[in-house]
Amino acid sequence: MYDTNLVLGGKDFTSRLIVGTGKYATHEIMRQAHEESGAEIITVAVRRVSLPGKGESLLDFIDTKRFTLLPNTAGCYTADEAIRTAYLAREAGLGEMVKLEVIGDARTLFPDVQGLLEATKTLAREGFVVMPYTNDDPIIAKRLEDAGAACVMPLGAPIGSGLGIRNPYNIKIILETVSVPVIVDAGVGTASDAAIAMELGCDGVLMNTAIAGAQDSVAMARAMRLAVEAGRLAYRAGRIGKKLYATASSPIEGLPDWTS
Amino acid sequence: MKIMVNGQEMEIADGLSVDGLLTHLAVKREYTAVAVNREITPKGSYAAVALREGDRVEIVRPMGGGR
Repeated sequence: MYDTNLVLGGKDFTSRLIVGTGKYATHEIMRQAHEESGAEIITVAVRRVSLPGKGESLLDFIDTKRFTLLPNTAGCYTADEAIRTAYLAREAGLGEMVKLEVIGDARTLFPDVQGLLEATKTLAREGFVVMPYTNDDPIIAKRLEDAGAACVMPLGAPIGSGLGIRNPYNIKIILETVSVPVIVDAGVGTASDAAIAMELGCDGVLMNTAIAGAQDSVAMARAMRLAVEAGRLAYRAGRIGKKLYATASSPIEGLPDWTS
Repeated sequence: MKIMVNGQEMEIADGLSVDGLLTHLAVKREYTAVAVNREITPKGSYAAVALREGDRVEIVRPMGGGR
């Protein structure tokens, strides 16, 4: 079945799964998981180099000709820190795309939407392709779109929690509220969670812990690829309505008479 | 003179440039960015920017992370 591409910052992507680079047992397992996931976009954090410069580097395990790197501002608690991190990432040669995070609280890692809006406005004006990690709040999603966000990335559940899509109805309302792509970011625990997000009509799913933390990361990466594809296909195929009672699939007419 | 690099105090030669510092520390240039006293140093200016006593230098690269 023909499908449109996911378009972000004028670039076309056929995969709707975005993966991360944190918490893997080894860099080599990460590389294999990326391969199996079929993802085209990989998110990375921007951190101090260890000094003196030595050892293996993350980027020795990512083919930057094949994958698009998506720097994130994880760990930033103010708009100012997030903006500076985005600039650093761009200067480092990581491109114009930025997964914008302005964290409001260390325990929940919920976003500070006020700082997020401020940073989105500034970075969009400066030519960044801003992909903000936000709440499952349709009002804020709309404001982010108006501020120039290239997509909105509502959480399904807290980062790393694996609780799945806790409020599918809000995600549905966000989908009806904004015209930019909606990519679920955070909360996915297993394949069915990713499928649910896609069945709702989301344009993509971003995950890291669900794959990196699985007992077999490479197998889980493949499961997620299939789940995102299955969920997308089911959404486009158009599911049947839900009914309380049964509806027979076989005709009533033509039944043999067994009465005695 | 003394400067701070990624939070560590360091003794370097007077007037060393950002370029000289990166070479001294054997830091790869690819996908690396530098900020001095909170201001980003563009890649093209590494040789031209001389460090001064007490400067705070941040050298960053992509690392594992995300969700």
